[in-house]
Amino acid sequence: MTDSDMPRRSDADRISDIPATMPIEPEMIGETRSQWRDVWRQFRSHRGAVIALILFVGILLFVSVGPYLWTIDPTYVDIRARNSGFVAAHPLGTDQLGRDILARLMAGGRVSIAVGLTAMTIAITLGSFVGLMSGYFRRLDAPLMRLTELFLALPLLPLLLLMVTLFREPLSKTFGPAMGIFILIVSAIGATSWMQSARIVRGDVLGLKEREFILAARSIGTSSRRMILRHVLPNVLSPIMVAATLGIATAIITESALSFLGLGFPPDFPTWGRLLFDAVDQMVLYPSRVILPGLFISLTVLCVNYIGDGLRDAMDPRIRGR
Amino acid sequence: MNRLAASALAFLVAGPALAERGSDGQLRALYWQAAMVLNPYLSTSAKDVEPAGLAVEPLAIVEDDGTLTPRLALEIPSVENGGIADDYRSITWKLKPGLLWSDGTAVTADDVKFTADYCMTPGFGCAVLSEFENISSVEVIDPTTVRIHFDQPKYKPLQAFVGQRTPILQKAQFAACLGPAGASCTDQNFGPIGTGPYKVTNFRPGDVVQFEINPHYREAGKPAFSTVTIKGGGNAMAAARAVLETAEFDFAWNLQLAPDIIAPMVDQGKGSIVASFGSMVERIELNQTDPGYDLPADERSTIAHPHPFLTDPAVRKALSMAIDRPLLAELTYGPAGKATCSIVPVPPGFAPADPESCFAQDIAGANEVLDQAGWLPGANGTREKDGVALSLDFQTSVNSVRQDVQALIKQWWSEIGVETQLKTVEGSVFFGGDQENPDSLQKFHADAQMYTDAFYLPDPASFLNKFVCASIPSPDNQWQGKNPVRFCDPAFDEQIQVLHQTADPTERQDLARDLEATLTRDGHFMLPLIHRGMVSAHVDTLGGISPNGWEGQLWNIADWHRVQ
Repeated sequence: MTDSDMPRRSDADRISDIPATMPIEPEMIGETRSQWRDVWRQFRSHRGAVIALILFVGILLFVSVGPYLWTIDPTYVDIRARNSGFVAAHPLGTDQLGRDILARLMAGGRVSIAVGLTAMTIAITLGSFVGLMSGYFRRLDAPLMRLTELFLALPLLPLLLLMVTLFREPLSKTFGPAMGIFILIVSAIGATSWMQSARIVRGDVLGLKEREFILAARSIGTSSRRMILRHVLPNVLSPIMVAATLGIATAIITESALSFLGLGFPPDFPTWGRLLFDAVDQMVLYPSRVILPGLFISLTVLCVNYIGDGLRDAMDPRIRGR
Repeated sequence: MNRLAASALAFLVAGPALAERGSDGQLRALYWQAAMVLNPYLSTSAKDVEPAGLAVEPLAIVEDDGTLTPRLALEIPSVENGGIADDYRSITWKLKPGLLWSDGTAVTADDVKFTADYCMTPGFGCAVLSEFENISSVEVIDPTTVRIHFDQPKYKPLQAFVGQRTPILQKAQFAACLGPAGASCTDQNFGPIGTGPYKVTNFRPGDVVQFEINPHYREAGKPAFSTVTIKGGGNAMAAARAVLETAEFDFAWNLQLAPDIIAPMVDQGKGSIVASFGSMVERIELNQTDPGYDLPADERSTIAHPHPFLTDPAVRKALSMAIDRPLLAELTYGPAGKATCSIVPVPPGFAPADPESCFAQDIAGANEVLDQAGWLPGANGTREKDGVALSLDFQTSVNSVRQDVQALIKQWWSEIGVETQLKTVEGSVFFGGDQENPDSLQKFHADAQMYTDAFYLPDPASFLNKFVCASIPSPDNQWQGKNPVRFCDPAFDEQIQVLHQTADPTERQDLARDLEATLTRDGHFMLPLIHRGMVSAHVDTLGGISPNGWEGQLWNIADWHRVQ
């Protein structure tokens, strides 16, 4: 199978205004660029998604570049400056021990976003794989779906408790305390949140299998691997995207719950969830301590959701070009 | 609704502190950790013992100042009044005449003897068995006199049946619950018949206990409240709000909250807080054995492997000097804690002569101590010697106040070149004592740990007895030893034996003080931080509350009443 097969087939599937021009263009690079340019053009027309993208990049810059500009140590305790308001030395104030909240938000965001993205990637990869396999291969359907139900039935918290008890020490010994617990949390969240996306993907795949273009592809002898990668996967990308964006939010929130129970990151390791939980007691006195991390969590989740929404529209050939 | 009813009642009663029995209506108390059982012989947790104390009573209780007051006993036995034998081999208690159980039957010496047998029967697993140690037999002299015999001279004989943890149970009710059957006697354990001001009417474990007046209570005119509801559930924060901000409840127990949170609530003028200081001390324990990850599970934190650097007295001393205890107390505990240098801060006779010897923080001095001991700053600022770096794992339970303390101490230790990794463990695991779980405080798979411990009778001899070599947790005793710091010194063990054989009160105090100093001020095996009070909140219309650090909050509930 040659590279030029793919655009031709996509053309057949989508309602394209210029189907004739594409097969003449033989170069893969040119083809791909124009397809992704199409996606980008469509994405730009979704105003919410563009704003969300700008905000999300802003948050990413805030947590990644910010600490180089604002160099206060987020764990430095300065008792004389405790409970400080919004002043020049501490633009977002300090907490009950005099730790700078701006620095803590940056450090916390790094961890939270890293956990969210990584755990989501694990969950989506695992979920999509299981969903595709069980949707496409009838023989695998029953065992894989029973496995999914088994995981859904597992009580999450005791399972995580067990994982932490068993693996915390060996992992911190191998990768250092912070990295070890990161790997543990990310894989724990990933391994316990792939089931929803597996079910969604399976449902979509089952529907797709009955479509004519799949029949056509099968009739010319396309192998299963090609079929999945070329025809099925691109068409279920939009539900995967939606599941992924929701997954980031769940991962950030699960991480906060774990940290709260003492199973997550050590207490001197700020994350947005931990900042939020630490501040709950002082909510009435110092509302900004709850609002700020809460705002960042909601903003991140909202942005990712909007970007996912925009991407879904942009990547759906039936919507694109309309 | 309830508040309305209560204030209406307060108007009707109008005034005198000694009202008529049952005239003040309902009392609603919050114990956010709910009672699970109402038999103190099955559980020593305050959440279970304190509500149970409304129904069942001991022979004597401990007052806030450490003295004893008779409850069911006629008087406190002593050598002078002949209650304690000259050779300290027996003690004789006399009951008040005419005592009745809440079902109307008479309380006799047989009940006392039965209760001792109940706890000491093998196979029962009595939670307070250590209070009955050395008792060889209990003899009924006449219906109101009982004599407890010891198998050796016991110089601290006022132990069993003193304090709410060892109340008298009714023989008729518990007769079928001896030995292994004890834990499964649900009716008895959930509703013991007692002599106290109230009797249990409804108990849902983990949720609510309801009481009504015991019609046969011995004191006329008491108690003032006709019913008591002790509700469980929620958390300390919600409990504080329910009393101080909304006054939905009259009383809330155990509010460990940061001072700047609780102060504005009190300012609203609906209620007050009371702190009672018992023997609770928040301390840091420095592991004397190696918790190393690379050791086999059975050998971690065992005496086979001494700790690489915490066995060095200079390191322990420097760690102690770097801590600013008064600041810690003020910032994180407020009214609920005082700085302390001793794990035996009360009663006054046993407390150290100079209680403030460790209060001054001395970072420079600590650095000098470490310099002199050969611990020199390495590449990243952490001190090291012979390839061993001063890097600690510091664990405690999940609790926002404790995490603040951890953060402060981590910073102070970093200023003397000691690196600290913080670790938190869920409370039920940390204190649970499950031998399969590596995160319990007994297993101590960390270099330092922080928690609160206490003792319940004013003489600390049996408390100090925890720190003998034989009590070190190890696989041999299923990690159940009571010496988690793994302190072991034959000289200490010898002195403890001397203490157990000393009768003279002053000598006992001197000995105990020396032993305690070995552990803390001199040896720095444990770093006492905060003498903790039990903080409770009550609405301002509730009167008669008197703090008692030894017996908990409800100890004098018979005297509680409504005030205007």
